[in-house]
Amino acid sequence: MKRLLPFLIFAAGRVFFAPAAGHAQQNFDNVVEHLLPVQGSVYMMVGAGGNITVQVGKDGVLLVDTQYAPLAPKIMAAIRTLSPMPIRYIVDTHFHGDHTGGNGALAKLGGAGAMPRIIANDHVLNRMTAPPAAGQTAVPEADWPNDEYFTASKDFFFNNEAVVVYHMPAAHTDGDSIVFFRRSDVISTGDIFTPETYPGIDLARGGSIQGEIAALNRILELTVPAKYQEGGTYVIPGHGRLCEEADVVEYRDMVTIVRDRIQDLIGKGRNLEQVRAARPTLDYDTQYGAIPAGATSGSPAADRFVDAVYKSLGGK
Amino acid sequence: MGASLLSAPAFAQVDFTGEWNPLYHEDGPERLPGPELGDYTELPINDAARLRADSYDADRISVVPEYQCRPHGADYSMRGLGNLRIWREFDTATQQLIAFHTHLLAWDSERTIYMDGRPHPPEYADHTWQGFSTGVWEGNMLTITTTHLKTNYLRRNGVPRSDKATLTEHWMRHGDYLTVVTVIDDPVFLTEPLVRSDNWFLDPGQGIGVFGCEYEPEVPRPEGTVPHHLPGTNPFLTEFANWYGLPPFAVRGGAETLYPEYRSKIKPYNPPAQCERYCTCTNLFNCNVTSK
Repeated sequence: MKRLLPFLIFAAGRVFFAPAAGHAQQNFDNVVEHLLPVQGSVYMMVGAGGNITVQVGKDGVLLVDTQYAPLAPKIMAAIRTLSPMPIRYIVDTHFHGDHTGGNGALAKLGGAGAMPRIIANDHVLNRMTAPPAAGQTAVPEADWPNDEYFTASKDFFFNNEAVVVYHMPAAHTDGDSIVFFRRSDVISTGDIFTPETYPGIDLARGGSIQGEIAALNRILELTVPAKYQEGGTYVIPGHGRLCEEADVVEYRDMVTIVRDRIQDLIGKGRNLEQVRAARPTLDYDTQYGAIPAGATSGSPAADRFVDAVYKSLGGK
Repeated sequence: MGASLLSAPAFAQVDFTGEWNPLYHEDGPERLPGPELGDYTELPINDAARLRADSYDADRISVVPEYQCRPHGADYSMRGLGNLRIWREFDTATQQLIAFHTHLLAWDSERTIYMDGRPHPPEYADHTWQGFSTGVWEGNMLTITTTHLKTNYLRRNGVPRSDKATLTEHWMRHGDYLTVVTVIDDPVFLTEPLVRSDNWFLDPGQGIGVFGCEYEPEVPRPEGTVPHHLPGTNPFLTEFANWYGLPPFAVRGGAETLYPEYRSKIKPYNPPAQCERYCTCTNLFNCNVTSK
C-alpha cells in the first residue's frame, strides 16, 4: 500500500486517479456487490471502485467497467443471478484501475472459453501498455483492451439493441468513453460524471476542464427526460447513485459555474494561492467536497478540483 | 359476523381522502407570485446555500430548457400553488392500507406514501422530485418520512435544498381542515431543521385541471450556457431589504435569525410609513406587488 499512496487518494468513499494497475493490499473481504435494475436489459452493480453497468440478453453479457480483480468472483456471482450466458463484451470507460482492474479476471471467469472483446478508446490502451512509472506496477496484459477504437464513436448491436460508444476527448482523461444503450435508454458515463464528488480531472493523463464540460453537455444532448424532467433516459455514473438528466444538469451547472469563476479570477491576475483563498467552490463544498454543512474550513477535494481547473485554464 | 369484525384491520385513525384547497394566509407572497430575490429570511441556511442563492440567475429557467418543466420537490409542492387530491389504496385481499396517493395541480405531481412498512430503497437508487415516502400513525397524526429527493430549492429564489435531505411531514386533520407541518433536515445546506406549515380546507367540488408543460428553447444561446452571477456581482440582492427598510444583514438567513431574540439585533429598522408591497395577499387573485 505504501508505494501507492502518492496515487491513491481516498475521498468521500471513492478513489480518484487510481493507477492503471494495482489494488495493492486493499481488503475487499467485506465488499458486497449490489445489483440494481435500471431499465430495459441494463443493471447497475455497486461494490468497490467504479460502478459496473451490466447488460444481459440472448447474446450474452456485456459489462461497462470491471472494478478490481479480487472482486471478480463476487461480480461474477452477481452476474449469474441475471444470466447464465458468457461475457462477450467489456467496455472500459477509461484506464484507471478502479474501473479496469477486473478486466482479465472477469474475462477468465465469464468468457466460457472465448476471450471477450475488451473495447476502449486507443488512449486507454496506450496508457495501460506504457512502461510503469517508478513505484508502480505494470498493467497485466490480460487487462488490456483488445478492441480499441480511435474514431469519434464505435457502435455494435448486442442483445437486441444498438450499443454506441462515444469518445469524450480530454475530459476526465484523454481516453474517456460513454456508452449509450439505445433501446434500454441508459447511458454509462464513467468518471466524467460522479454526482457525489467534484470531477477528478486527470491533467497528467490528458484531462481538461473544457473537455469535461463538453462531455457533460454531450451527455445532456443524448438524454431525453420523460414527463416533467424525470425518468426517460437513465444515467449510470462512474461512482455514486443512479441518475437521470436533471442530476447531470445540476452537475454540469456546478462545473460550469466554478469554471467561470476561476476564469474570472485568472483574468483579474490572481495566482493559484489567491484563487484558492477566494474559495470559488464554497457553495458546493458541502455537496461535493465531503465537508459537513456547518464546516467553515476548506475541503481538500475542493482544492484538488480548483487546482486542476486553474491549471487547465492556463493559470500560471 | 363477530369474527369478521374482529379481524378488520385497524388502518387509518383518520381518513385524508378528498379534494383539498390550499389556504395562503401563511407566506402568501412567497407561495403565490413567488419570493423576492435576496430574501433568505426564516431559513437556517449555511454559507454554501447563501452563496448558491446569491449566484442564482432566474434567466436559468428561460434560457436552459432542462429547467423549464422542472417541478417542485415534495417538500415545496405542498406549499406551492395548486390544489390537492388525496386517495387511498387498499390490498383487496386483506383490506390493509397499502398507501396514500396525492395529486397536485402544479406539474401534475403525484406521490405515493407507503403505509405497509416497506423499507426505503438503498442509497444508490435513483432520486426523484417527489422522493420515496413512508408513513406511520402517531395517534391521529400521520407522520411521513421522505428520502431520495432530487436536488431542488427551499425557496424559489435560488436557495437550494440538496438530494441528501430528509423530509418529515406531520398531517393533522381537524374537521374540514388539514394542517401539514414539514420538517426538512439537510446536512448539505441547513444547520438546523427547517420547519414550515401549510393549511388546506376540504373542497369536494373542486376540479383539478391538467398542468402540462413542454420545454422549448426560447432564447438563442451558446451551447452549454448556464446563467449565473459571479460572486459579488448580483445587483438584485439589496432590493428586498431596501423595500422593507431592513438592514441588509437581517435578510441573509441563518439559524440565529429564526429566534425572537434576533429582533433586538435588527438595527436600524426603518419600515415604510405604510404598506407598499403585497398589502393584501390571501389568494391567487389579490396577491400582487401593488395590491392594497
